[in-house]
Amino acid sequence: MSEKIQMERHNFDVVVIGAGGAGLRAAVEARSAGLRVAIICKSLFGKAHTVMAEGGVAASMGNVNENDGWKVHFRDTMRGGKFLNHYRMAELHAKESPDRVWELELWGALFDRTKEGKISQRNFGGHEYPRLAHVGDRTGLELIRTMQQKIVAMQQADKKEHGDAESYIKVFAEVTITEVLKENGKVSGVYGYKRENGVEVLFEAQAVILATGGVGKTFKITSNSWEGTGDGHALALKAGGNLVDMEFLQFHPTGMVWPPSVRGILVTESVRGEGGVLTNNKGERFMFKYIPDVFKDKYADNEAEADRWYLDQDNNRRPPELLPRDEVARAINTEVKAGRGSEHGGVFLDVSKRLTEEVIKKRLPSMWHQFYELAGVDITKEAMEVGPTCHYVMGGVEVDPDTAAAVGVPGLFAAGEVAGGMHGSNRLGGNSLSDLLVFGRRAGAGAASYVKQSQPVKVSEGSIKNAAERIAAPFKRTGGENPYSLHQELQEITHNLVGIIRTKSELNDAISKIADIRMRIENVTVSGDRLFNPGFHLSFDLDNMLLVAESTAKSAIVREESRGGHTRDDFPTMDPKWRTLNNISSFNGKEVVVKQQGLPSMPKELFDLFDVHELEKYMSSDEMAKGGR
Amino acid sequence: MAKNIKLRIWRGDANTGKLEDVSVEANEGEVVLDVIHRVQATQMGDLAVRWNCKAGKCGSCSMEINGKPRLACMTQVANFKEDETITITPLRAFPVIKDLVTDVSFNYKKAMEVESFTPPADLKPGQARMQQIDVERSQEFRKCIECFLCQDTCHVIRDHEENKKSFAGPRFFIRIAELDMHPLDMLKNRKKKAQEEHGLGMCNITKCCTEVCPEHIRITDNAIIPMKERVVDIKYDPVRWLGSKIRKREGIL
Repeated sequence: MSEKIQMERHNFDVVVIGAGGAGLRAAVEARSAGLRVAIICKSLFGKAHTVMAEGGVAASMGNVNENDGWKVHFRDTMRGGKFLNHYRMAELHAKESPDRVWELELWGALFDRTKEGKISQRNFGGHEYPRLAHVGDRTGLELIRTMQQKIVAMQQADKKEHGDAESYIKVFAEVTITEVLKENGKVSGVYGYKRENGVEVLFEAQAVILATGGVGKTFKITSNSWEGTGDGHALALKAGGNLVDMEFLQFHPTGMVWPPSVRGILVTESVRGEGGVLTNNKGERFMFKYIPDVFKDKYADNEAEADRWYLDQDNNRRPPELLPRDEVARAINTEVKAGRGSEHGGVFLDVSKRLTEEVIKKRLPSMWHQFYELAGVDITKEAMEVGPTCHYVMGGVEVDPDTAAAVGVPGLFAAGEVAGGMHGSNRLGGNSLSDLLVFGRRAGAGAASYVKQSQPVKVSEGSIKNAAERIAAPFKRTGGENPYSLHQELQEITHNLVGIIRTKSELNDAISKIADIRMRIENVTVSGDRLFNPGFHLSFDLDNMLLVAESTAKSAIVREESRGGHTRDDFPTMDPKWRTLNNISSFNGKEVVVKQQGLPSMPKELFDLFDVHELEKYMSSDEMAKGGR
Repeated sequence: MAKNIKLRIWRGDANTGKLEDVSVEANEGEVVLDVIHRVQATQMGDLAVRWNCKAGKCGSCSMEINGKPRLACMTQVANFKEDETITITPLRAFPVIKDLVTDVSFNYKKAMEVESFTPPADLKPGQARMQQIDVERSQEFRKCIECFLCQDTCHVIRDHEENKKSFAGPRFFIRIAELDMHPLDMLKNRKKKAQEEHGLGMCNITKCCTEVCPEHIRITDNAIIPMKERVVDIKYDPVRWLGSKIRKREGIL
């Protein structure tokens, strides 16, 4: 390739980075407010990781049990997050998710129905009532396709009205963004390159919405696709934003464990929601042993009651297979370590004894297909082997709950998995799809009102030059390491030292090893040229993953307690002191720095929604005495 | 467990290219995408391939394996004979960008040409009532993961670039059928437009699309044939033809 690199220049009001659920919902909202929007995705349009979401979208519509409502959903969410959630996010989420689901129906979504013809809702871990609107076990695909088609519908309307389908919304597929540009402290645009040919692209825009999803590829065993490399987390850090509580990672209890090539691929929680039971190699239904004190009054402690719950939910406690994900993942981990695991290092999940072949194929069609095609297992006849897999990051960009504006960076917004705070220390299943709808919409609206109130800032030539140099760098170096092997090394470190169970010495080890890779990454060399070159692409993803891993390890070492998606072998219990503190990561240009910040406390009207005896299990006597703000 | 297998992979760009032979390790239970990734990590760092979920849910890793349109993530290496060379080439119906990556923008253009979902103007959020049995017909088509294997295999466009202008392809016939059967869609004449604007008539129901669909959507039987039958029914039944002229009932099409 010649030295002269071409650059495309575009101008929009808002740039949305990421075309999953949150990004698309944000784009719809910003366009509806009259703005010109660019949607940027690393993959083709419609392939984002949201398609992998299986179980459903949580919204207290009360279609199956009319006792449900936003207050119950709010309580479940706070409980699931072990009260480390930002109360305001959990409140907005619980209040607004029914409207967000109903609105999808007006855009063409076809959810499964109840007998009365309403949207059907299913049970899920941690949700008191059947709450998850679903389409078999491919709910995420329905969400993304519905919003993709909504975008197309808006483009068709723009074509009629303005003569050009792309006059207001334009999708830029297969583009990597390497930098959020700022001038005088405010966002001025983003810079990146087209994956297809390496041509560099400048987007001038007053507002940038990060909707880049998660960080799973930082870990060895993950349910995430290659796109989950923490791009938005890293972009925010480098732009001067903060990440909140990066130590909290959700290991989904049920990933596939065999064969090796599919290790980590998700087995939906719906399998347990529909009646699947977990057993060890002795045939023991072990979850009864792992019900923590804080949940004892909500979960059955014997098989007879747990089985009755499927028929009568008002008079029986729930089966412990439906405990929040962090509890189930730790239980499986303990069983396997104690030598009671399956042949390939997992446990057994069996739905064949409770449901008929016909019902399984109808309610869990993609699970049946996945196991049959990839593992040669027929789940209508035999048990699945499952084990924990890195699934979701609760930590993320620190945002203002109402507008999704990133704290400290005017013009930057974040929504969906990349944003932090909503889920506290552990996310409930189904709360992710509702999160991305609720806060995707809020980010779009937040960015629109920001754009209307502020003046555009011009991108300087210096900023462009710096960003361009960074993109060109991997080809200019020689003799350095290959990005694939460095990525594998990073995954080994996170898996072994920052995984599901952590200790101080291992975390220290991880921090120094990550610092070592940070030095070596400066020398990464890639072969070939700029034409669709995966090695070149990985060299940028790797840099992002490294910042994420550093934030996670450094936050994990200071949080000396176990809570939700952070388990310390050396501090095995929850500490009320740490319930009031968020770990805030920032980047000083050389390394990630973590400091503590007080968690906003609930106002009295939310505090009063809980039974005081429940709050006493989490809060100090001082907090209890205050009774909310 | 590990053994070496032989691959023949197409390498090149829009202008030039050739098949290259490589030998690579394969482990028990691996799919073709796994061994492509191993080739990438160890022998060809810049080998271009699209993929995302690696679980058959996103439809990104579409390619031709021994000439058959397939998802690489759902194709077991064990399905091939031990000494067989597995030939991997890009989708033939679309222009190559590099190696196994093709320019599939044709499909996004066609998506833009299908008129969108049109609900009743007075429908309020939360008020829709539909029976499960009525949503299931469209739900079958909404399982589509847009892998475009049906488009690739369809002989109307596979070797006939000239037909692309007037032919939307199986993926968009099921999209039209889905909207046509959607209990809340109010737009009339979808079938007629499928025939007149999207080239439904060019399909001669060889069912190749149904055969390659990784989601097992019965594209031909449940979408294309029912639409063709209705179109023919109205167009060639003299009584109904007359009725449509006299009473302006074209809306039933």
